[in-house]
Amino acid sequence: MAQKSIYEFSAKKLLMTELPKYFPSYNYHGKLAVITPETDWDKLVAEHPWLNTDKLAAKPDQLFGKRGKANLLLLDADLNGLKAFITERMNKKIELGGIKGTLTRFLVEPFVPHEKEFYVSITSDMGNDTVHFSFEGGIFVEENWDKVTHVPVPIGTDIDSFDLASKLPDLGDLKDTLVPFIKGVLKVYIDQDFAFLEINPFAVTADKTVVPLDLKAKLDDTASFQHLDSWGNPDNPIQFPRAFGQVLSKEEQFIADLDEKTGASLKFTILNRDARVWTMVAGGGGSVVYTDTIADMGFAKDLGNYGEYSGNPNREHTELYAQTVIDVLTERPDPQGRPKVLLIGGGIANFTDVKATFLGIVAALRKSADKLKAANVKIYVRRGGPNEKEGLKLMEDVGKEIGVPIEVYDRYTHMTRIVPLSLKGDS
Amino acid sequence: MTNGLFNRNTKAIIYGFQRNAIQRMLDFDFVCKRDTPSVAAVIRPSQTGAIGYHKVFWGGKEIVIPIYRKFDLAVKRHPDADVVINFSSFRSAYPTTMEALKADTIKTVAVIAEGIPERRSREMRKLAQETGKVIIGPATVGGIQAGAFKIGNTAGTIENVVLSKLYRPGSVGFVSKSGGMSNEMNFAIAQNSDGVYEGIAIGGDRYAGSTLLEHLLRYEANPKIKMMVCLGEVGGTGEIDIVNAVKDGRITKPLVMWCIGTSAKLLPAGLQFGHAGAMAGSDMETAHAKNKALKDVGVIVPDSYDDFGDKIKETFEKLKTEGKIDPVDEFEPPKLPMDYAQAAKLGLVRRPTNVISTISDERGDVPMFGGSPKVGLDTIVAENKSLGYTIGLLWFKKELPKFAQDYIEMVVKLTSDHGPAVSGAHNAIITARAGKDLMSSLATGILAIGPRFGGAISDAAKYIKLALDKKMNPQEFVDYMKNVVGINIPGIGHRIKSVQNPDVRVKLLKEFVLNNFEKHPFLDYALEVEKITTSKRNNLILNVDGCIGICFMDLLENLDLSEEEKADVIATEMLNGFFVLGRSIGMMGHIFDQKRQRAALYRQPWDEILFAD
Repeated sequence: MAQKSIYEFSAKKLLMTELPKYFPSYNYHGKLAVITPETDWDKLVAEHPWLNTDKLAAKPDQLFGKRGKANLLLLDADLNGLKAFITERMNKKIELGGIKGTLTRFLVEPFVPHEKEFYVSITSDMGNDTVHFSFEGGIFVEENWDKVTHVPVPIGTDIDSFDLASKLPDLGDLKDTLVPFIKGVLKVYIDQDFAFLEINPFAVTADKTVVPLDLKAKLDDTASFQHLDSWGNPDNPIQFPRAFGQVLSKEEQFIADLDEKTGASLKFTILNRDARVWTMVAGGGGSVVYTDTIADMGFAKDLGNYGEYSGNPNREHTELYAQTVIDVLTERPDPQGRPKVLLIGGGIANFTDVKATFLGIVAALRKSADKLKAANVKIYVRRGGPNEKEGLKLMEDVGKEIGVPIEVYDRYTHMTRIVPLSLKGDS
Repeated sequence: MTNGLFNRNTKAIIYGFQRNAIQRMLDFDFVCKRDTPSVAAVIRPSQTGAIGYHKVFWGGKEIVIPIYRKFDLAVKRHPDADVVINFSSFRSAYPTTMEALKADTIKTVAVIAEGIPERRSREMRKLAQETGKVIIGPATVGGIQAGAFKIGNTAGTIENVVLSKLYRPGSVGFVSKSGGMSNEMNFAIAQNSDGVYEGIAIGGDRYAGSTLLEHLLRYEANPKIKMMVCLGEVGGTGEIDIVNAVKDGRITKPLVMWCIGTSAKLLPAGLQFGHAGAMAGSDMETAHAKNKALKDVGVIVPDSYDDFGDKIKETFEKLKTEGKIDPVDEFEPPKLPMDYAQAAKLGLVRRPTNVISTISDERGDVPMFGGSPKVGLDTIVAENKSLGYTIGLLWFKKELPKFAQDYIEMVVKLTSDHGPAVSGAHNAIITARAGKDLMSSLATGILAIGPRFGGAISDAAKYIKLALDKKMNPQEFVDYMKNVVGINIPGIGHRIKSVQNPDVRVKLLKEFVLNNFEKHPFLDYALEVEKITTSKRNNLILNVDGCIGICFMDLLENLDLSEEEKADVIATEMLNGFFVLGRSIGMMGHIFDQKRQRAALYRQPWDEILFAD
C-alpha cells in the first residue's frame, strides 16, 4: 500500500474526466485506444472510428519512458501504418536499461502537430506540492533541468487565490491558457490523491487547446476509499500494473494470491532459484534486516529470495507459505554440493504468536523431510515473542524427529547472528 | 516540540475500544509501580449511551474506566489527559486525529492505523505543527517511556516488557521507523546498555507525523538521556536531516544509527519492500547513501545490522567509563497476577464449572445434540431426520426408534389445539388483545397448564402406573380411585363422546399403539378399566388426554429404560412437556389470529358476571 504507478492511458482518462471540473476550457480530444495481443482490429476500429480518419501516434504503455530513443514511437501515421507498427512490435521481447520484458500494450492517440513542447510536473514532500514548469519540454528536459521553474505550493493552500502566474516565467500570450491549466492540473492532483504527475511534454495548439502528449503518474492507492466515484470505484477500479518486465513465477503468484486472502502480510520474491541461502522471516522490518545483513556480509549472490510473513498469519497460511519456500529451495541441490541454508528468522514479535506460526512451519518441515535431506538443507532459527519458548522447542523437536539439522536460537542471540553463524567460514 | 512527551502521571484517552491494548497499558503501569492508571477514558463511537464503563484489572484488583461515545465529553471530563491514542481505522483516523489535535488539553496524538492516505497524513502534521502538538505515527505501534508511560500495544507482552527492562528508565533514547523492529531494539538495547529511557516508532509511512530528527532533538535536550540509537530506513529524507543536524551541532550526544534496506538494489525495480515509505526515490534516499553520509559526519554506524548491538555496547561502555552514566534505580518489578485464561491454558489452575450440559454442545462448527455419541444439527437437516427424532435426542438423549418418533409427532399434532375457549388459548387471546407481545401472550397461555388444564395427561399416567405397580386388578383400581383417592379416574370420561360415539382421535392413537408397540401393558390395562367404567355410564370412556398419557407409559416400556430411568422421565414432567410443546403451536396460532384481526381489548361482559356481596 503506497504510491503506485498507473498506465498512461488511465492517467489521461482520469485527467480527461476530472480536469474540466476546474479548467472548463479543457476540450481535450479524449481519443484514446489501447491495443493488446487480444485486440480485434475490426472491433477496435468500430469503437474508435477516428482511427480511420485521424493521423495517429502510438507507443507502448507499460510504465517505461524514453520510448522515442528505443524506436518505439509511431508518429503521424494512418491506420495501415499503425497496424504495421504494432504487428512488428507486439509480443516482442526487448531490453531496456537492463530489464527484459515483452511488449504487450500500446496506446494509440491522434497525432497532434505542434511546434513547442512544454513541461509540467507535480511532486510532493511533507509540506508542499511543488509545480515544476518549463518551456523546454520533451526528451531533453533532464539536460535542461536548470531551465525548470519550481513553485512550491504549501499543503492546505487555496489554489484559486494562489498567485501562480507571478511565480512562473513570463508566459506571454499563453498566460491565460497555461495558468488556469496548471492550476486545474494541480487541483486534480490534490483532489484525486496523486503522488506524482508528469506531463512531458504537452503542446498548445494554434487554437490554444492544451494537449498532453506523454504522461506519467502515480496514485496513492491508500486513498482509493475516498475516490469511489472515480478511480477507486470498486466495480471498475483503476489498474496498478506491475513494473515492466516483472512477471511473477507460479510460486510468487501463489503467495500473492494467498496474501490477498488474509489480513496478515505474506510476501515472496524469488531472486535466484539456484541460490544457496533462503529466508523465511517474520515481520516487515525484520525481513529487510535479514536480507540486508546477508548482502552486507557479501552473500548477495547466494541469496535465493526476499520475503516476509507478518501480522499474525494463521497456522494454515503459515504452512502454505513455508511449504512454498521449501519447495523452491529444495528444487535443485547446490551445484557445488554445499549445504543449502534456510534462515527462519525474526525479531521479538509484538503479538504474533510464535508457537502458532511455528506450528505451521513445523508442519511444512515435517512433510518435506525427504526433500530437505536430499537438498542437504541446514536450518537456523532465531525468534522471540509470545510463546517463544514453546515455539522454539517445536523447532528443536522437529529437527530431531525428521533428521534435518536445525539450530535454534532465542532472543538472547542477536537477531541477525544466524547469518554469520550459517555462512561464515564457507564463503 | 517540547522535550518530554510523557511522565509517570501521563494519562491518555484511547480512541477505539481496544480491550487488550488498554489492559496492557494498565499492566505496564502496574509493573512500573505507577500511582495511577495511564488510561483516563475510552472513546467508543458505536456505543448507544453517552457514558459506559469498562472493567479492567489494576494488578489483582478490578477498576472501571469510563467509555464515552463522543470525544468532546471525554476531553471535558478528563482535562488532565494530554495524550490521545487513536486506534481508528484508516478511514476514520484522519477526522478523529484532527479533532484530537484541536482539543486544547491534548498535546500528543499517537495514530496507529496503517494505510492512511498520504495527503491526509501531511494535513495532520500541518495542523500539529500549527498547534504546537506532536503526532506519533501513523502506521506505528507507538512508543514507550520506560517506567512511565506506554502507548497501546508497544513492547508486546508484559513478559517482554520485564525482559527488556522497560519498567524503569535507562539512559538510551531510541527512535525507529519500524514498529515491529522497535520491540527487538528495546530488548537489544537492554542487553547492550542499561536500557531504554524512551523509545518511539514513528511509523513506516512516507509521511510521518513526527520525524526521526524531531525525536532525537528531544532526546538531545533531555539530560537523563546519555546516548541515542536510531534505526532509519531506505526511502525519504528524514535521515539526511539527521546528518545535517549532526553537522551543524544540533545533535552532540553519541548517536548509534543504522538505516535498513541496503539490499533494496537486489530486488526487482518497483517492488515495495518492508514499509510503505521504504522506496528510494533518488540515490540520496538509498540506505547505503544514508549510512555513508551519517558515518561521514561522525555518527556511529555499524558495518551491518549484525554489529549494531556491539556498537551500542561499545558506546555505552565508553560513556560509563567516562563516568557519564548515572546508576539505574533498579527494583524488582511487582509480579503481575496471571490472567485466569492463560493460567488455565498452562494448566496452572483449575476451577469447578457451574453447569453440566449432557444433551447439547455448540462449541464446534455445528451444534451437536443427544447423549453419546452426539449427532450434528447438520446431519439432522441433511438426512431429513424427523422432529420426533430431534426431540428424542434433546429429551431422551437417544436416537429413538421410528415408532417412538412417530408417536411423539402424533402427540404433538393431537395436542396442538383445542379451540379458543380452553383456558390456555383463552388467556393467550385476552393477553394478545391487551396489546402484549407474542412472548407475553404465549406465556399466559402456558402458565394455565397444570393440574386441571392439561393435567389429565400426567395424572392418567400416574394413577395407571400406581395400579400396575400395586398389582391391583382393574376392578380393585376403580374402587381404589373412588374410595381411597376420592376422585374421578383421570383420563376417563368425556363431555360428549361415548361408546356409541367414539372419539376418532383416541381410536387412531389406540390403533397406532396396538399395531406398532411391541408391548402395551398400560393401554391394555386401561382398556380393561374402561370396560368397567363404561358399563356404569357410556361416556366414561378413555379420553384423548388419558390415552396420550397412558400410551406414553407404554412407549417407555418399549425404549429399553430401567425402572429408575422411567421414574425420572415421569418426575421431570416430560409428559407436560409434550402438552406444552404441542399446545404452544395452537396458542401462537390464536395470538397471530387476534393480532391479524387487530382485535380490540377484551372485556368480559357484565352479563357474564354475577355481582354479589
